[in-house]
Amino acid sequence: MSAALEVRGVSKSFRGLRAVHDAWIDVPQGAIVGLIGPNGAGKTTIFNMVAGVYAADAGEIVFRGRRIDGLRPDQVCAAGIGRTFQLVKPFAGLSVLDNVTVGALHRAPNVSAAKKHAAEIVERLGLGAKREQPASSLTLPDRKRLEVARALATRPELLLLDEVMAGLRPTECDQMVEAFREINRAEGLTIMLIEHVMRAVMALAQRIVVLHHGEVIARGAPGEVVRDPAVLGCYLGEETEV
Amino acid sequence: MNRRAAALLLALGALLVALPHVAGSYALSVATLILYFAYTGQAWNVMMGFAGQLSLGHSIYVGVGAYAAGALFFHYGIGPWAGLWLAIALSVLIGLVIGFLAFRFGISGVYFALLTIAFAEFTRIGFDHLDWLGGPGGMFLKVAQRDQIDLANFRGPPIMYYYAMLALSAAALALCAWLLRSRAGYYWRAIREDEEAAQALGINTFRWKMLAVTISSAMTAISGVFFAFYYNNLFPEQIFNIGRSIEIILGPVIGGVGTLFGPILGAAVLTLLSDGITEALAAFGWEIPGIKQVLYGLVLLAAIMFMPHGIWPALARRIGVDR
Ligand SMILES: Nc1ncnc2c1ncn2[C@@H]1O[C@H](COP(=O)(O)OP(=O)(O)O)[C@@H](O)[C@H]1O
Ligand SMILES: [Mg+2]
Repeated sequence: MSAALEVRGVSKSFRGLRAVHDAWIDVPQGAIVGLIGPNGAGKTTIFNMVAGVYAADAGEIVFRGRRIDGLRPDQVCAAGIGRTFQLVKPFAGLSVLDNVTVGALHRAPNVSAAKKHAAEIVERLGLGAKREQPASSLTLPDRKRLEVARALATRPELLLLDEVMAGLRPTECDQMVEAFREINRAEGLTIMLIEHVMRAVMALAQRIVVLHHGEVIARGAPGEVVRDPAVLGCYLGEETEV
Repeated sequence: MNRRAAALLLALGALLVALPHVAGSYALSVATLILYFAYTGQAWNVMMGFAGQLSLGHSIYVGVGAYAAGALFFHYGIGPWAGLWLAIALSVLIGLVIGFLAFRFGISGVYFALLTIAFAEFTRIGFDHLDWLGGPGGMFLKVAQRDQIDLANFRGPPIMYYYAMLALSAAALALCAWLLRSRAGYYWRAIREDEEAAQALGINTFRWKMLAVTISSAMTAISGVFFAFYYNNLFPEQIFNIGRSIEIILGPVIGGVGTLFGPILGAAVLTLLSDGITEALAAFGWEIPGIKQVLYGLVLLAAIMFMPHGIWPALARRIGVDR
């Protein structure tokens, strides 16, 4: 399998605080890779560097053979990477459908085509009944769904999901897992997900990368990683939702 | 737009077209003023209401537009139809300079608003020193006979100015309605609501904000051209005054920022209110200095407290039309 995304020795500090240090991560084409680790480990910071929000202090980021570090967020999106925000950022004053239409316009030739595509995605993520509601009226789990819907609407080849299952009930979580599996299988969408809900990570990810204090401390198949003593010590031993 | 909204709009249009034939000259001048603010408010609304970029210095575009067309007429006898293009070009150029400085260097929110005020103030001071344009003493356009219409030089009776402003307001409404439904409208509102999320969805926010500035400043320049040929006298102290900028934004703010009809309704309410207070005070014989401003301010305060999103959204819900 060739790599869709390669994070090569990336580091980032915030005013002396080392958030990420020399991280190497490969996401193979068509794969689903989980990124786990305790709060403050640097997971979101890695996403933000891939998405062009922060410039890395060191290292390279390569997407489909092309360097993308140094690109602006909109250029990263145009390169084929969609992302959700851990702290959701809905367009509060717009309806659910309009939120997703904004994303769909990225590749759609015109507004009506974008609306049509957006309506399909809204339906697929179970927001169909709420499509005319303002995004500000949604509950947190629905806002997370909206994040996913909007990112998917840009027709990415790689989707970065930042804790989108948090707060979902187990059945809702299973539905979302099923939706991602389906998109991954049917459209070959590559997914990298940050997730604390181990139930979702174990069900989805073919490979897991564990981050701790900004460094990768373990990587491998889910079954191996969860038995790794280092991982158990710093992360899975304590505050895990299963 | 639903049926009822279309019917109401049509009725309003018919009423406004017929108005000069029933209204007296005073009422016609008030109506012209309302339309002037309705049009200019719509222009400002493109930038703030649609794209979320707060300009508190829109008087700069009115002033530059007015002086550009006014100077061509004053010095060379060139009529406003040609002057219009110079007015638009200069205003857009200034808008793009402000936009470039702000958006390239991450100046946003109140700091952006301050930058727009600063530009308007600098321009005012600059014009005070431009003798070619009359300096602080002002520039006066020759007033022609008011009883015959000279379209080429935009000189004529009040009714001509009324219809010109009506046409501009209607055109602005149509343009804004179209813009909101277009790609630009979606992108602007996304930027307004959350710029970082908009960028993540592939929107080049710099470029789309610059487009909003371009359209808004171009539209406002036309207000300036109208101003010059309607009032025939231009003073930097007046036209670039920050009070003028505030006047422009009060209509949309009271009517409903970001809505299509809010700026129009707001302009009507405010102009009629101001006039109504003046007449009521005269009728009661009250002559307390500043009382008019106090009353006006109190009504504005009440409107904002009870209808924080503006009068139009509240009214639209009540009469069953979409916003
Ligand atoms: N914009 C920022 N400014 C300063 N510090 C930050 C910023 N973003 C993240 N950090 C810090 O970097 C560290 C890693 O944060 P983050 O990547 O959000 O962790 P995670 O997503 O794994 O919980 C934390 O200590 C956090 O406080
Ligand atoms: Mg995080």
